Amino acid sequence: MNKFNVNNLNIWFGKAHALKEVRFEVEANQILTIIGPSNSGKTSFLRQLNRLNELQPSFSMTGTVLFDGKDLNSLDVELVRKKIGMVFALPLPLPLSVFDNVAYGVKMHGKKNRKEAESIVEDSLKKASLWDEVKDRLRESAFKLSGGQQQRLCIARSLAVGPDVVLFDEPCSGLDPISTAKVEESMLMLKKDYTIVLVTNNVKQAARVGDKTAFFLSGELIELDNTDKVFTAPQDKRTDEYIRGKFG
Amino acid sequence: MRLNPYKTQKIAFFFLFLATLLIVVPVGLIVVIIIQKGLPAINWQFLSDIPRQGMRAGGIFPAIVGTIYLVLGAIIFALPIGVLAAIYLSEYSKENILTRVIRLAIVNLAGVPSVVYGLFGLALFVVFFKFGASILSGSLTLGIMILPIIITTSREALESVPQSFREVSLSLGASKWQTIRHIVLPNAIPGILTGTILGLGRAAGETAPILFTVAAFYLPLLPKSIFDQAMALPYHLYVISTQVPNVDEKIRYGTALVLLTLVLFMNLVAIIIRYKFRKRKKW
Repeated sequence: MNKFNVNNLNIWFGKAHALKEVRFEVEANQILTIIGPSNSGKTSFLRQLNRLNELQPSFSMTGTVLFDGKDLNSLDVELVRKKIGMVFALPLPLPLSVFDNVAYGVKMHGKKNRKEAESIVEDSLKKASLWDEVKDRLRESAFKLSGGQQQRLCIARSLAVGPDVVLFDEPCSGLDPISTAKVEESMLMLKKDYTIVLVTNNVKQAARVGDKTAFFLSGELIELDNTDKVFTAPQDKRTDEYIRGKFG
Repeated sequence: MRLNPYKTQKIAFFFLFLATLLIVVPVGLIVVIIIQKGLPAINWQFLSDIPRQGMRAGGIFPAIVGTIYLVLGAIIFALPIGVLAAIYLSEYSKENILTRVIRLAIVNLAGVPSVVYGLFGLALFVVFFKFGASILSGSLTLGIMILPIIITTSREALESVPQSFREVSLSLGASKWQTIRHIVLPNAIPGILTGTILGLGRAAGETAPILFTVAAFYLPLLPKSIFDQAMALPYHLYVISTQVPNVDEKIRYGTALVLLTLVLFMNLVAIIIRYKFRKRKKW
């Protein structure tokens, strides 16, 4: 069964029509990458998957998003966001210590037991390949970590609440190549346990880590296929031109 | 003659500096004059005794105690209500005509003359609720007077917490209230305290709101409950300056000095707390 089934999704912010009649499937335990120029609607699409769009007062939508076969809008919004985590474009640690950043979501979901929290934090940091670098710095402010470490901390923080899906919104846009490689490495390790949707401006990154790739343009889904196929034999001329760097 | 940018800048800086100086000098003068004229009156008896000989001698202890009670009462009443209202306005209320009217009303309330608050307090607390002229009536009146300050500054403090923190917290599945309680509020506390400091100073210094609601002309006893009348420093200062003949100048300035010191001391406490919280702020 598909993790997500998106049917005829339309999104507006005020009068701006951000997504137009999008149909989409996301399979479980894969990395799906979404590419496209800015303002193509790829981030709006991603934020719809864990219902962050509705924080904007001007937001409206039609169509449905099914998560494990259930309508996302009929579920409890806190549960949706617990099951579907998000890593943002910029590393956004909360103004807390390294430990408390990762433990934050766990505490909010009612686990008060110190021992339990400690083991979840360690586990999550290991999954985000950050544990060895920060195990002696857990009490320090999260802002003292480097940019790449902060971004992996954000990944660990999302994992700590026990999601099924992790959404990445251009997670490497502010990082150097080495940090980028580390983040990509953790994504590849994560896909056996999680479903991953990655929005990226970096076409090469999509080719490196994606199992499937979707191409958005002006709010429309132009193409969605296996990454190999999209990059070697795209069906649409516009996809081909974007990948080869003719616009965007 | 054409001025080059460098000279224009120098002239601009000069006038900006002059404007700053014009603010600093009067403040400095006030403090210097009050200390110079008031300090000779300050001694242990002045701070701890009741007024004697028709307030021409003795101390001002009952007025000090009265002012402390009134300010504490006003803050205890206004701070929780003000912060809760600010949370509602900045985090929960939707943008529509009603909330815009409420916001406008709050801003305008800050500009209402204090004597109007005094009359309002007289009508509502003293007469209607039958609290009489009492510390309770005076505290509530002062509290209502400083509510707009506390609401406005608290709202600004809450709104200055980056939106991204809220999104991160919500994206982890925390509820809106958890986000406010654990992320937004702790980071807004320094700003809220700034509003409290402004409110404290205003509540301690105003004469008009307490005139009809609590202040006693002469009351050598300390208040026993919140339903008692009390003396208060600003009103006492007014009385010995205009209503009682032949009060020694140094007693008047001494009283002003005590009022000033009291307000500065309360501000200092709030500033220290604010500093402690700011040090924890890590972005």
